[in-house]
Order: sequence, then structure tokens, then C-alpha cells
Amino acid sequence: MSKQIDITLTINGEAISATVPARLNLVDFLRHHQGLTGTHVGCEHGVCGACTLLVDGATTRGCLMLAAQAQGTEITTVEGLADSGRTAALQEAFTRRNALQCGFCTPGMLASAQTYIEGGGSADRQAIRDHISGNYCRCTGYQSIVDAIADVIEGRRA
Amino acid sequence: MKAPDFDYLRPATLDAALAMLAEHEGEAQPLAGGQSLMPMMNFRVAAPAALIDLCDLTELRGITRTGDTITLGAMTRYVEIERDPHLADMPLIAMALPHIAHDAVRNRGTIGGSLALADAAAEMPALMLALDATITATGPNGSRNIKADDFFIGYYETALDPVELITAVHIPAAQPNQRFGFHELTQRHGDYALAGVAIAQTDDTYRAAFFGIADKATRIPALEAALPDLDAAIKHLDDIDIEGDLKASASTRRRLAGVALKRALKGMTA
Repeated sequence: MSKQIDITLTINGEAISATVPARLNLVDFLRHHQGLTGTHVGCEHGVCGACTLLVDGATTRGCLMLAAQAQGTEITTVEGLADSGRTAALQEAFTRRNALQCGFCTPGMLASAQTYIEGGGSADRQAIRDHISGNYCRCTGYQSIVDAIADVIEGRRA
Repeated sequence: MKAPDFDYLRPATLDAALAMLAEHEGEAQPLAGGQSLMPMMNFRVAAPAALIDLCDLTELRGITRTGDTITLGAMTRYVEIERDPHLADMPLIAMALPHIAHDAVRNRGTIGGSLALADAAAEMPALMLALDATITATGPNGSRNIKADDFFIGYYETALDPVELITAVHIPAAQPNQRFGFHELTQRHGDYALAGVAIAQTDDTYRAAFFGIADKATRIPALEAALPDLDAAIKHLDDIDIEGDLKASASTRRRLAGVALKRALKGMTA
């Protein structure tokens, strides 16, 4: 019998209280207990980046954090990023540039790219590639994703 | 996979954490940033009966300077080191940080966690060796200081007692007569190194710590003594047992270690 932990946290601006098993990953908690299936689960060991989301504003691997560790934190998933309009420009650029095909990596890619852009990241293609190196995409070859991120950075600075 | 079941404990103080560690007699694992421990648990390589989450021990976080020694709390995250003004006096750490995984991992990973785990391919143990750092371990009977040279023993093995926690790391601030170099070779930016080296040069003396090639971060005294003569130094990579695995054979890693050394020396700070 797994130990149960009581947690309270904020998810996409909404206060949530829950009781979770100690071994439950944050990303499984969001998907299975909260119905927020926008965040994807890939490798479950922090390599693929599909589960990247924001914890207190900082990108985090949802598979390398326990739901129990999220006590008192503010979580933003791709649903929150989209609903608030925060990633609107990036989403538009991803569509225009065909920066996704199957879409599996996109939620994590958007979270990584958005914090890079907001942090004043350079439009230099190598710098963008280095930054998104923690997010695997098996469809696009990254070219179009780099295009989309560079578009947003250059558009915003123009 | 998912991690096997465990108990989750969240002590509010260092004393409480040490008491929990002692109570579980080696069956509990301290949880720092979890960026290496969680994958190991998900792979079921590690299966502790309990995790003792150290995240509330704020006394273990932060960076201070006393004289020429910079002290980093064990629970200081990479992202906090990246943004700290003291980083200017730790140029070798500054060179290495962008190579430590990716931003999402650096946002949670801690210096103490990396050192306690002692992954042979991780950057932080090699940086501590090159910088001649000192690690403070605290247990039920108080604290002791361990030189980095005496801390790393083998694969995931350190001088740390199972009832001890790393509480702080002490790094000498860079001096005008010092230069630093760092290079690593990876399959993808941010991955574990296939081979890498961190170098601290003080006048004509070198400390060069390799990672990703042996069972632990490793200095090779004869290689250091031969520097800056690259050709003479590289020959001494034969002095140690270099290990191969699925990613790269021993001979590939030996060659890459030489390449890393050459590039690190080329890119030394002024």
C-alpha cells in the first residue's frame, strides 16, 4: 500500500487540493488525476523533454518530479500557456512554419521555447538549437522549429 | 517505467533529516533535485524504501564568500549558481554550467545531489577535483570536511557515510595567477559526456580532472606533470583503465579524452 500524501497547489491559476500516492509523478498526476492530457509522457527519465512544463515559472521535467514535491507550487501546463494567450505568437509561428507533424513533442517544445523567448534568448540559430536540445522531435528535423522560434524573437524585437 | 513504491518524507530541519536517515539505516535515500535519482528509480536501478526530500532545508541553499573561499550550500540549484554574482570568481564552473544537461534539469538539479551520486560521467565531481574543493559532510556526530581528492571512490561510490548528508561545498575563488579550461564531447548538447576534462592551472601547475572515461572523475598525476606538452600528456591516458559501454568503446573514449584535453587547453581563460 503506497503512502498517501496531501498536497495543495495551483494548476493553471486554479487552486487544487489532492491526495496522491508517494510514487506518483507530477506528469501522471496532471494527466490521470486532473485530466490535463496536454502534457505528454515520453521516456520517463528526463531525456526526451516531452513532459516539460512550468513549475513556479521555471521549465521542469514533469517525469522527474513527484506530485508530492509539487506541494505549494504553481504549475503551468500547455493548457495554461494556450488559454492565457501567453504562447499565442509562438503557436501561430509553429503553424505557419509547419513546426510540428505528429505533435507529440509540441507541448514540451512550446514550454522550452516560450521561457527561452521570455528570457531574452538570442535569435541565433545555434543558440536556439542548443536551448531546445533537451526536447526531442522525431518528425521535423528541428529546422522548422528553429524557424518558428526565430520568427517570434525577431518579430518581437522588430 | 514507474518507480517502485516508496515512502515520502519531508523533514523541516537538518536535524530531522539526519534523524530520519539514521532511523532507516541506509534504506532511505535523500532526495535533492531528483534529476538523476528519479530516472534511476524509474529505471528501477535504485529502489529506496523511502525518500527524504531535502527541499525545505533552506539553510542548505545559497552562496557566500569568506575571504578567498566560496561556499555553496548543498541544495543550491544549478540555476541559482548560474545567476549568482559569485560565479564571476568561479570561471571554471561558469564554463561548465551550460554543458550540464538542459535548462529544465538545471532548474532543479543541485550541486550536493550531483556530488553525492558521483556519476562518473557528470561534470560536477570533475570540477571539484580540478578546483581542489572541499566537501562538508554532516552526520549524527557533527560535520567533517573531505577533500574532493578523497571523496570519489568508484561508480556511484563516495566517502560519504550512509547516515551523512553533504551540507556544503567550498571552492577557492579564482586567483590572478590561475587559468581554467573545460571541454566535453557528447552525442547531443547537454547529454552525459563520452569524455570530458576540467583544467585548473596555477602558475606552472595543472590539475586536470577527466570525466566520462573511468569509474569516477579522475586525475592522472603524470599527465598533469607533463602539461602543457600536449603530446607527452596524452600518452598518460594509457596510465588508467578506460571503460567502454554501449555508447562508446574504451578506445573511442581514450581518443575523445585526448581531443577534449587538446580543446580545453586551447580554450583556457586568459
